[in-house]
Parts: sequence; C-alpha cells; structure tokens
Amino acid sequence: MQWNFEVDANTLVVRLAGEFDLGAADKIRRELDDALDSSEARHIIFNLSSVTYIDSTGLGVMLGRYKRISQYGGKMALVNPQPQVKRILELSGLLSIITEYSDETEALAKID
Amino acid sequence: MKLINQFKLQFKSIAENVAFARVTVAAFASQLDYTLNDLEEIKVALSEAITNAIVHGYENDHQQIIELTVSLTDAGMEIRVEDKGKGIEDIARAMEPTYSTDPERMGLGFVFMQSFMDEFQVDSAPGKGTTVVMFKKVNSAAANPEH
Repeated sequence: MQWNFEVDANTLVVRLAGEFDLGAADKIRRELDDALDSSEARHIIFNLSSVTYIDSTGLGVMLGRYKRISQYGGKMALVNPQPQVKRILELSGLLSIITEYSDETEALAKID
Repeated sequence: MKLINQFKLQFKSIAENVAFARVTVAAFASQLDYTLNDLEEIKVALSEAITNAIVHGYENDHQQIIELTVSLTDAGMEIRVEDKGKGIEDIARAMEPTYSTDPERMGLGFVFMQSFMDEFQVDSAPGKGTTVVMFKKVNSAAANPEH
C-alpha cells in the first residue's frame, strides 16, 4: 500500500492507495501518530479514493486516530471511498461518527 | 456435496501473508460462479481469520505456521484456517461485536466472518490453538449450468 500525508492549516490530509490491512497497519499507525505529534493538526481527512480493500485492521487504525483527535475536539472526515470499502465502513458503524465528503476541497472547507 | 478442487497451504505468521492468502483464495474461488460482491466478502472473512491467527493466536510471533485449507464443492467453498497458538478462553465473549483484547482493534473480525459467510464455526482451546471453518454458498443456478 502507498500513502502520503500533507498538513493543510490545522488538518492532516492522509491519502492512501491500495489494500489497507495488517500488512501496512503498524507502519501507517506510527507515521500518523508522528505526523500528529510534529504538527499543529487537530483534524484528519482520510482520502480513500484509491483504497481498494479494507478490513477491521485498517478500520482500527482509523478509529484509533479518531479517538485520539476527538479527545481534543478534532474531527475526522473521509473522502470518496470505493463501494466495497464504503460497505465495510457502513457495517462497522464508522460512517455514523465520521463524515464522508466527495472530495478533499469540500472536506477541508467543512471540517473546521 | 461433491468435492471439485482443494488446496492446502502452510505459511509463516507474518502480516504480508494476509494479502497473499486473500489473493490466493480469491483466485481459487473464481473457479466457482461467485459474484464480485461474494468475492469481496470472502476476501474480508478470510483476511480476518488470518489476521486473528497472527495477532491473537500467535501474538505477533512471526516464526509460527498458519495452515489454510480451501475446498471447492458443487455447493460452495469451505475455508479452514488453523493455528497452534494460544487459543481463545471464552469463544462466546470473543465473538461479541465490540469485544477486543486490543484497543486499536474494533472487535469486528468475527462479526465480518459471521456476516459475510453462510456458515461459521470456531474451535479453540487455551494453549492448543484455534481452527476457524467457514462456508460460502455459491448460487445454485450458476453452479449447475444445466438448470
């Protein structure tokens, strides 16, 4: 799986591509926590448009970061999950606590 | 049920093998007439079983072996995932939707396996290991093209 992070004002934008499972979870978790530690970011936007697969391990990484930022009033948003990924997000209940947007621009405009 | 095809695979308990097993099983499953949605569900259920074996059964000890047996029949596909790890103390509790021994995980692994497969069974004993057996039916009309 590939990923990159970018801090835009107070928001960490995380772009993921490929299969989000146990294979990448530990590394992404560490890098996300490092990025949150070393920036002023309060919110996180996960751009999932290029994620082709997710399971409970990938969801767990997202939920763990949600718990962390929500302690300090931060919000999390998702951008454009593919249908098979969206179905897993819905079943997990994550979509009931995290808002979904169709693109990064809209997510960035509305998250704060 | 008539056995059509079968494979048995042993691999190390490392994270990279979740994707390896998922791709292998999806390719094998495509010998039956599953829909794309069925294949996605099989991939998630299988991945959860392998992930559980690595993370919980073997507690991330990467030197252990997971055994995967997949059987195709005229009725569908059976997946058996076996580890010789620490086992589950209380299976009923482990299968509760929000139960997890790890705060980073959501306790959803068993939920996805149960929701996405037609049959699901866990055999486990502390210190002996865990075997998960799952079955996914294939559309009967597609499996029997003469009908």
